[in-house]
Amino acid sequence: MSDKNFPLLFERSKEGRTSYSLPELETESFDLEAELGDVYIRNEPPKLPEVSELDIIRHYTGLASRNYGVDSGFYPLGSCTMKYNPKINEDIARLEGFSHIHPYQDPGTAQGALEMLYDLQESLKEITGMHEVSLQSAAGAQGEWTALMMIRAFHEANGDHHRTKVIVPDSAHGTNPASAAVAGFEAVTVKSNEEGLVDLDDLRRVVGEDTAALMLTNPNTLGLFEKDILEMASIVHEAGGKLYYDGANLNAIMGYVRPGDMGFDAVHLNLHKTFTGPHGGGGPGSGPVGVSEELAAYLPKPLIIKDNDTFSLDYDIPKSIGRVKPFYGNFGINLRAYTYIRTMGAEGLKKVSEYAVLNANYMMRKLEKAFQMPYPQHCKHEFVLSGSIQKKLGVRTLDMAKRLLDFDFHPPTIYFPLNVEEGMMIEPTETESKETLDSFIDTMIHIAKEVEENPEIVQEAPHNTIVKRMDEATAARKPVLRYEEE
Amino acid sequence: MEFRYLPMTSEDKQEMMKAIGIKDTDELFADIPAGVRLQKELDLKQPMNEYALTKELTAMANKNISTKEVVSFLGAGVYDHYIPSIVDHVISKPEFYTAYTPYQPEISQGELQAIFEFQTMISELTGLPVANSSMYDGGTALAEAVNLSAAQTKKKKVLVSDAVHPEYQQVIQTYAKGQEIEIIPIKLNNGKTDLIHLEEQLDDEIAGVVVQYPNFLGQIEPMDAIQKLLENQKKTMLIVSSNPLALGYLTPPGEFGADIVTGDTQVFGIPAQFGGPHCGYFATTKKLMRKVPGRLVGQTKDENDVRGYVLTLQAREQHIRRDKATSNICSNQALNALASSVAMSSIGKHGIRKMAEMNMQKARYAKKKFAANGISVVYEGSFFNEFVIQLNQDITKLNAALLEKGILGGFDLGKIDPAYQGQMLVAVTEIRTKQEIDQLVKELGDMHV
Repeated sequence: MSDKNFPLLFERSKEGRTSYSLPELETESFDLEAELGDVYIRNEPPKLPEVSELDIIRHYTGLASRNYGVDSGFYPLGSCTMKYNPKINEDIARLEGFSHIHPYQDPGTAQGALEMLYDLQESLKEITGMHEVSLQSAAGAQGEWTALMMIRAFHEANGDHHRTKVIVPDSAHGTNPASAAVAGFEAVTVKSNEEGLVDLDDLRRVVGEDTAALMLTNPNTLGLFEKDILEMASIVHEAGGKLYYDGANLNAIMGYVRPGDMGFDAVHLNLHKTFTGPHGGGGPGSGPVGVSEELAAYLPKPLIIKDNDTFSLDYDIPKSIGRVKPFYGNFGINLRAYTYIRTMGAEGLKKVSEYAVLNANYMMRKLEKAFQMPYPQHCKHEFVLSGSIQKKLGVRTLDMAKRLLDFDFHPPTIYFPLNVEEGMMIEPTETESKETLDSFIDTMIHIAKEVEENPEIVQEAPHNTIVKRMDEATAARKPVLRYEEE
Repeated sequence: MEFRYLPMTSEDKQEMMKAIGIKDTDELFADIPAGVRLQKELDLKQPMNEYALTKELTAMANKNISTKEVVSFLGAGVYDHYIPSIVDHVISKPEFYTAYTPYQPEISQGELQAIFEFQTMISELTGLPVANSSMYDGGTALAEAVNLSAAQTKKKKVLVSDAVHPEYQQVIQTYAKGQEIEIIPIKLNNGKTDLIHLEEQLDDEIAGVVVQYPNFLGQIEPMDAIQKLLENQKKTMLIVSSNPLALGYLTPPGEFGADIVTGDTQVFGIPAQFGGPHCGYFATTKKLMRKVPGRLVGQTKDENDVRGYVLTLQAREQHIRRDKATSNICSNQALNALASSVAMSSIGKHGIRKMAEMNMQKARYAKKKFAANGISVVYEGSFFNEFVIQLNQDITKLNAALLEKGILGGFDLGKIDPAYQGQMLVAVTEIRTKQEIDQLVKELGDMHV
């Protein structure tokens, strides 16, 4: 083992060291061993670390320094909307009146929490143009599945049991077909055309009496607005299907156009993307679902309702698909999103989309001199370039992504969407300054030059990181998924 | 209005528009069909400055009664435990909370290693060798386990004990509908899963049996007897939902032959937050390792033989396998898993047994006190930190009266089933004092006639 190995908490452990501070047992003591017997008492304690409080703090401070967040630097990860996470949101979420309230305490003692949720529901209805919004779903993927279950219930209520297929573009996020499968549908792919948009002829070919829904991201994962959206809506609706909006890319259109006005019947939002919930190293997120009037009867339980000035939980939804999550969604993330919406208002949110789109187009125009742009029209909040020119010189997009690490940038999303060769999907967001964008652009152009003049330096990147490229093949072939004492 | 998150100056804007070759940013939105373009400003509340908004939202928070202001005996799946101060300090480190899923291992070793440590701790507690990086919550983790049992055994019926958390049961129902799995409820006998009914329902068609240990009513299920029943049905999976704190003292489900153990780590360092975000966990056997939903972190080495960690076995996941993935989960609860890791590390190997034991001791003291004061305890079986008492009045009214005295009373079981009318599920954790318990017993005793 190399001495460069950062120790695991278990390796810092020493018998007898503690970091806990438990209350006293002031009550009498009961003989648990006699009560439970051998069978129900564990033979050995779980091997949790035995460390001091300072050991833990040093450990995690060390781990934090081996990690990279938006607060560390530019994070242009396409379709992930890595914008700044406002600090007021964190402070509000930690107020005891929000953080230390129990989901089962009487609603009369949680009126502030319910009022916030209600107001957030109303705000998201307005932003999306949908008839009703549920805040239950825990994340985007769960929102997709929730809405698809509602669409399924709608078709079944109409006796339409043969609507078994969900159409998904070839450029769609991987969660779309996966959510369709979990909801019991068969995912069918519709192709993109040369412009990077859904091929209407192919859509007409795949749509039919068995269509339950079309799932669409608009703008799509190439950052392009599906300008034929109204025609697509009518193709799907005429066939009796529903139109589903994947809100992962909502950051591009707030205040400009609303999914409800484009003909979408259902939508999910990623509050941890567009509405600044922090990503937390993978979560928690929140994935509210908005629906048309026709689908509202199938919303999951409960909804937050207002009667005069009293807020309550409504479980009386006879056709509801049921419960998708215990309690009332990821309240703490919803609260952060609410704080953000209240900070920005309508004027601010429209500027968010304006600048997110302006930033992306600026970067695209600056980078098109060095990289191939498969779709040269104006983009929305993100764009995809191809590393095909560099590939001919023996350097892959993966190498260029790793080279960016040497310059303290988080790389863009790579090899996605699947329909772009050596793709690199760049989403700058509106919270980055022109100086930051220019610095990234210069670095990308510098790397393109390196590819021509000194390809090894790119192929062997990263050079400056604490670890080099990892052996992922062995990790998958002989999985080591937990620490074992040697 | 100025917006502090938007650094664009008018000079920047002009330069950028020039570089693009446009005169107005509206040109970038010209592909949106004119007929649907929004012609008005969104009807939202006016933007607010930081000071005023903080003031308003603080007032909103103060409309809620927090468990910091009252003495809570309310549990039913969400508990009031000691949270070490260090937890919030660690999860407030921006390198953790402002990071995405660790796709780039070279600059994400901190998060990856923290998850690897979380997986190890969950594996230790559950007695199973494989644990994932987290799920949304205990309810959806259990529903995913049910779906996995059906996919793995290719059978479409699952038996679910009525002593599983009622909301978890409802989530299972919704998930099962998508996969057309039939859920068959198993009755209770004296607060525990009825073994006779379970045996009657068990046959070759059953994909899995789901129990909660300790169960929703606080009772410790007869795991050894359930294990024996399943010995005749080798293919049927045993799925157990467990409060992981209880597993600091109780025999882990893995030792009773569980194939999948799920639950919620809210008990470790995560405040109630009105029900979320909490943190689901998912543990299983080596055999099912390649079917686990969600992210897994594995240990490996870099080119220089330095130890490191990566997301692994990704061929299970939606971004690779799309509609053939084992689950659609993408985002998980990583930051809360980190909070629980810090709390578990702080409590430590011996502290966890002590903490679990203290919950059991204090709960037993409360139970004895109730009985001594003429309030009957409904089940006599062994329990963890929750038990059921029978009162002769409406629980909502009693709880309102308790609140007047600064006490948040237990869960009203009548809300889930009229058969439980007048029954209260009381949770006693390690932070409740003798005096607080005595007061609860006295107040309820005075009202109980």
